[in-house]
Amino acid sequence: MKTIYTDALVIGGGLAGLRTAIGIKRQGFDVIILSLVPPKRSHSAAAQGGMQASLAHSVKGDGDNEDVHFADTIKGSDWGADQQVARMFVNTAPKAIRELASWGVPWNRVEAGEHEVVIDGKNVVLNEPDSHHGLITARNFGGTKKWRTCYVSDGTGHSMLYSVSNQALAEKITIHQRMEAICLIHEHNRCIGAIVRDLKSGELVSYISKATCIATGGFGRIYRTSTNAIINEGIGAAIALETGVAELGNMEAIQFHPTAIFPAGILVTEGCRGDGGLLLDADLHRFMPDYEPDKKELASRDVVARWMEVHIRKGKGVKSRYGDHLWLDIRLLGEEHINTSLREVKEICQYFLGIDPVKELIPVRPAQHYSMGGIRTTPDGQSSTLSGLFAAGEAACWDMHGFNRLGGNSVAETVVAGMIVGEKMAEFLHSDAADINISTGTAQKFYDATASRLNSFYNPEHHESAFAIMKEMQEIMSSDVGIFRHKDTLTDALAKLTTLYQRSKRIKVQSKAPGTNPELTTAYRVQMMLKLALCTTKGALQREESRGAHFREDFPNRNDEDWLSRTLATWPNEAQQQPDLHYEALDIMKMELPPGWRGYGAKDHLDHADTAKRQAQVDAVLQNDGLDRFEKQQQLMPYLHLLPEEFQAKNDRVKFKQQK
Amino acid sequence: MKTVNKQQIIPTTSARTLTFNIFRHNPSDPSSTPRMQHYQLAETDTMTLFIALNDIRENQDPSLAFDYVCRAGICGSCAMLVNGKPSLTCRTLTKDLPDVINLHPLPGFALIADLSVDTGQWMQGMSERLETWIHNQHLAEIDLSQVEEKMDPQKARDIYELERCIECGCCVAACATAQMNDNFIGAVGINQIARFELDPRDERSAKDFYQLIGSEDGVFGCMTLLGCDDMCPKDLPLAQQIAFMRRKMATR
Ligand SMILES: Cc1cc2nc3c(=O)[nH]c(=O)nc-3n(C[C@H](O)[C@H](O)[C@H](O)COP(=O)(O)OP(=O)(O)OC[C@H]3O[C@@H](n4cnc5c(N)ncnc54)[C@H](O)[C@@H]3O)c2cc1C
Ligand code: FES
Repeated sequence: MKTIYTDALVIGGGLAGLRTAIGIKRQGFDVIILSLVPPKRSHSAAAQGGMQASLAHSVKGDGDNEDVHFADTIKGSDWGADQQVARMFVNTAPKAIRELASWGVPWNRVEAGEHEVVIDGKNVVLNEPDSHHGLITARNFGGTKKWRTCYVSDGTGHSMLYSVSNQALAEKITIHQRMEAICLIHEHNRCIGAIVRDLKSGELVSYISKATCIATGGFGRIYRTSTNAIINEGIGAAIALETGVAELGNMEAIQFHPTAIFPAGILVTEGCRGDGGLLLDADLHRFMPDYEPDKKELASRDVVARWMEVHIRKGKGVKSRYGDHLWLDIRLLGEEHINTSLREVKEICQYFLGIDPVKELIPVRPAQHYSMGGIRTTPDGQSSTLSGLFAAGEAACWDMHGFNRLGGNSVAETVVAGMIVGEKMAEFLHSDAADINISTGTAQKFYDATASRLNSFYNPEHHESAFAIMKEMQEIMSSDVGIFRHKDTLTDALAKLTTLYQRSKRIKVQSKAPGTNPELTTAYRVQMMLKLALCTTKGALQREESRGAHFREDFPNRNDEDWLSRTLATWPNEAQQQPDLHYEALDIMKMELPPGWRGYGAKDHLDHADTAKRQAQVDAVLQNDGLDRFEKQQQLMPYLHLLPEEFQAKNDRVKFKQQK
Repeated sequence: MKTVNKQQIIPTTSARTLTFNIFRHNPSDPSSTPRMQHYQLAETDTMTLFIALNDIRENQDPSLAFDYVCRAGICGSCAMLVNGKPSLTCRTLTKDLPDVINLHPLPGFALIADLSVDTGQWMQGMSERLETWIHNQHLAEIDLSQVEEKMDPQKARDIYELERCIECGCCVAACATAQMNDNFIGAVGINQIARFELDPRDERSAKDFYQLIGSEDGVFGCMTLLGCDDMCPKDLPLAQQIAFMRRKMATR
């Protein structure tokens, strides 16, 4: 057994993993990053739209601050988020943007003077003051009160990922590319590393680490139509689940993005609508104002995606041989804007649809986009049940997104979580908790179990095809566990997935060649992915309410009385066919922002008995004129103690002179 | 007034049978020898090489190795030689290709298997050698709660124009120098240096950059055949950047 020892192991080389590793290394510990692909090819590169941080430096961001960002995030989450974590996030996001700027990200900047922009279908002139010229600017995104999404033309994620990756190289962090963690090593509720498969040679290697972080991104590929990369298969979440100890949170909370090109599912950014693009139906009618007179195309993603599907069900979709779709119209933004700020969109339209969005409409339909759920952690990023295991980024359920995340909040989360979790892991490594007292046989035991799992695919009595099972799973998820959910279809899906999971135990791999073996890779992955699909489906079936992206036709209201809780899934026994689910209540009496109406979407939720009580307490504090906004916040919900000291400071901004 | 262009309705006819000649070799397998293997596939509408190769793997040959990540022309994973031309294959539509499609792995990089090559290690080596990160002595002192330093908006855009490179390796595959000299940093490397040279946050001097690329392994190795510029899938102004860096280094 080849064994590698390190203080910290970071599984995942996207934004979250890279930034976490940098934090650990800066505190003087060894760290190794594992990645399926070269880090710069991680899916973070695909984020075209932008990153939210309340810098408030463009006119349309005037008045923005952490409080506004916090409220937008909580409303976006439909009150499913952990409010302390959201507070930690909004206070650190401006620092993250500034750190990235110092590492080389060429953020778009404010240009003094008049600019013509499109707002709500009309041309409007904005005037930026000289004092702000050259500061980082921001664009509009859905579900936000202010223009808060900082961006780098059409390649925000690309620039961020390259800068952070380069910084990791500058700090001489060890990166092992094309290495896949496929099992966690643990004993007595303590994680001590992972069994890893070398995707080039096929060899298994054990990595022993005092602290391990999973930053493996989302698991969108359990669906057929997804904007996610091919590699977003959720193996990081699955190996945590397979420990039987770690918990996965809110796996039913899956986001569907309104504008994936049809039928390929490739994303065109929310920036299209943020910059003024419109959604049209078969009659070329702009239908969103009919449903959302206030926010229109820029309500939160769950709401827009749902209305689009409702509109298609009413027969207003455009017919095509692949099914119905709607149109995204960005022609009104003009050629120059499209060619510079939305160039990636133009390229995608050109290469995958053969059209020019300057002159033509883009066929779109919602597709799976983001996994709000993931490995459940405390605000420190550590699993509350499996010590030594941390998680960050899309793979984690830290939980700042609840049941719906806002556009631009995810890449922001990856870097912010990396900054915080990196520090917290270093703290852990400094503490006595880092000592490993586990018998040497433990790693061998997990190594052998993994090897025998891989061997099982060559059992001559097996006959199932890994590719076929993958397809079937994706079909079931897309058709029955999508935007609209119902007891009948979910029950059916759960039964079908359970059978499929049993069948996956009898997968036969044909190809015995050593080295990279794509069929074998698909075989073990699909078995693990089915476990995630079962968590999502069972969670969706049991949650008898609608919240954020989780929409039940048979329970269309949000129900705070019974369901203001986080779903936690575990798989304690390998022999079981479905996950165990239990629930963690969210305490309204501790919330800074008690549940209410989001400002868009359905108004008729069922209140919890504590809501009114807590609202009265909150109102009393807010009305106390003797306190400034920071003092009020601290009274309502202290959170600063959860942040590493270096990120606690207040964020400075250049104020606008003329107003108020 | 608004009308939908007829061409926008996705076409419904397609009846070609495509022949794929694919390079096969698995260096991890002692019994493997390099060879070309043939597959036939019925073309479908809006079929890309990504769709075609997955179809072949799922239905004809589960051992076929290739790399895709984003499948949207963004991440740079999927470059291959398509009928001899370096291309991002996830965004290559089969309708733009003849009936016979020859696929080879990208030359100039270590072969992993079949169509999969290790561009990642090569690019990481290049980054380490050229130190493609901001060199700034004051980095550690920056107070993140303070307002960020201003930057000229046009400068920021210009930097991004050079930063758009996705390290796919097409320029290296298309470069005669790179095919002869393993140490040549390629257009990708020269462009990286141009990007950092332009960036006011990077304190390195012309002399520092000269040490990195002022040799036959750097700008002076380029024979100005400019295959790189023709093949860049992101249309980066590589010829212009090479000429610019050459002049800069030569007049030093
Ligand atoms: C098309 C698209 C556009 C988006 N646009 C935006 C946007 O504009 N703004 C925004 O805020 N968010 C956006 N998002 C969301 C955001 O990009 C992602 O949530 C975020 O980048 C995830 O980062 P991450 O570091 O958590 O994971 P990733 O970037 O996905 O990285 C995961 C890493 O884990 C590695 N890995 C995975 N499994 C294993 C394993 N088993 N072993 C070893 N390594 C493994 C991978 O190789 C990879 O390096 C977008 C998402 C998509 C799909
Ligand atoms: S797979 Fe990402 S560029 Fe082709």
